[in-house]
Amino acid sequence: MDIFVQQVVSGLATGGIYASLALALVMIYQATDVVNFAQGSMAMFSTYLCWSLLQAGLPYWVAFFATIVIAFVGGLLIERTVIRPVENAPILTIVIVTLGLVFILTSVAGWIYSYIQKPFPSPFPSKPIKLGQVVLGTHDVGAICVTLVVLVLLFLFFRYTTLGLAMRAAAQDPNSSRLCGIRVGWMLALGWGLAAVFGAVAGMMVAPVVFLDPNMMGGIQIYAFAAATVGGFTSPMGAVVGGLLVGVVENLVGTYVSFIGTELKLTVALAMIIIVLLVKPSGLFGRAFVRRV
Amino acid sequence: MAAAQGDGIKRAGLVVVLAVACALPFVLSGFRVFQWTQVCIYAIALLGLNILTGYNGQFSLGHGAFYAIGAYTTAIMIDKWNVGYGWTIPIAGVLCLVVGFLFGWPALRLEGLYLALATFSLALALPQILKYFEHWTGGSQGIVLSKPKAPWGLPLTEDQWLYFLSLVILIALFVLAANLLRGRTGRAIMAIRDNHLAAETMGINSSLYKSVVFGVSAAYTGIAGALSAIAIAFVAPDSFDVFLSVTLLTGIVIGGLATISGAIFGAIFILFVPNWALDISKAAPWAIFGVFLIVFMYVMPRGIAGSLRLLWIRWTRPAVVNKQVQQDVS
Repeated sequence: MDIFVQQVVSGLATGGIYASLALALVMIYQATDVVNFAQGSMAMFSTYLCWSLLQAGLPYWVAFFATIVIAFVGGLLIERTVIRPVENAPILTIVIVTLGLVFILTSVAGWIYSYIQKPFPSPFPSKPIKLGQVVLGTHDVGAICVTLVVLVLLFLFFRYTTLGLAMRAAAQDPNSSRLCGIRVGWMLALGWGLAAVFGAVAGMMVAPVVFLDPNMMGGIQIYAFAAATVGGFTSPMGAVVGGLLVGVVENLVGTYVSFIGTELKLTVALAMIIIVLLVKPSGLFGRAFVRRV
Repeated sequence: MAAAQGDGIKRAGLVVVLAVACALPFVLSGFRVFQWTQVCIYAIALLGLNILTGYNGQFSLGHGAFYAIGAYTTAIMIDKWNVGYGWTIPIAGVLCLVVGFLFGWPALRLEGLYLALATFSLALALPQILKYFEHWTGGSQGIVLSKPKAPWGLPLTEDQWLYFLSLVILIALFVLAANLLRGRTGRAIMAIRDNHLAAETMGINSSLYKSVVFGVSAAYTGIAGALSAIAIAFVAPDSFDVFLSVTLLTGIVIGGLATISGAIFGAIFILFVPNWALDISKAAPWAIFGVFLIVFMYVMPRGIAGSLRLLWIRWTRPAVVNKQVQQDVS
């Protein structure tokens, strides 16, 4: 039972990281119908920047927030300079452009920082938390808390600010929003900026666990895809629940189903994606895809 | 008149290309010949993917998986059962046809993004699955084969023979695809892409067509995989990671969606551009490749074949250019 609780908590911790990245994917998808394959690479790059800041001697939380600001500006700039020229091109063209970004970011990170894995500090004390018989990693609990804080802030932003409302409007109906005086293009850019922030948070939370290397987000991005699919690509709430669910299921299946172990973990994600797609293609929380003919 | 003249030029061009293709292995070094063999192999895979994505409108980010299945079918049959390599190619094709059809059947319910994700996860999971069945696949060590010698006492080196084998299969499959897509079947396939409800109203069995197209596409890619196993004489799970699937998708978009010749341009791009990138910058070659990709998409959003076609029309039939451009834009 103790092991079970421990596995669930550590599943929730990784799940929270998947959720952040899934949320970033869903945000961009909702606003532009594009799946941003570069999401993971952007997160990886932000994490490297944070590492540089830490090496320069900044305290952790200063570096953390500085990275968030840099990630936001970076996301914004990428949308303005790279994505905007192909905004109206067919979806596949945009997909290829985001794949191009993946190549560039990964390669440049490898060039600047080398492909050797680097340790990344955790802001939380290393002493585990004991609740009765259950031992919980402090970093796991901390990561869950950080993810929750980010989610609450995001919710408040979209629910209670004019800018949040404008962004939602621009995503839902660009033409009408434009008529109301909303600068739709900039709203999309803001969406990219915010998505980059989630990616950065996810990257900084996962780096102490998986170590820092240019390909570190590859596997995580897959789970984020799985999370977004399970929750539904049209629902931010779904992305969060999906992320947590994928994290927990992955951990429990890896622990209790002996033939899967760590070798077939990715296959679990595949199975989850396929099952959800077959049973409920729009995801657990997603809107069903309806089109007027 | 102009059209007939155009056809004549096209046919002449085709003959020249074929003549050059046949002369290539006698003027190039062994390694270059091997590279062009790979171009032929990629072109087969790209054509398969293009039939699915370009002509039928089903996105697949997982065709690397079918490539891998084809390659492993060939490798296992040669290694374990001593089957002649020539026989393994059609068998790999048929097996992929069946697997593709079976995968395409549940995938029918998925559109656009969701299909892309389902296939993407297939491509991701496959290397792990291949490693898991170590007894058959040799685990992460893979299977080592030996390159076949030229049969019937032909005075060709192994590389030259493999090149001609790939070239002949490529031409046969291209002719097959061109015929398939030109006729009634091809129109049905494209009608489903453009508006599947309208297509169904016209009496096209959209489910059946989509699954069969998935199967045919997988078969093409599987044959390419089988050829690659023979040409490289080695298969290992890590050479069939998701990167391969992404490369294939890149190839068809760069080459030109829904064009047959695009498969060749795309194959040339994905094989040679990474090498050029390496020549330009040793430190970060993939960054250069990424820049190439993005710039290509800015300059030729319709791919190489699409842009060439536009130039061709502009050259042969100036009068219809404006109309055509308008159609292309809409």
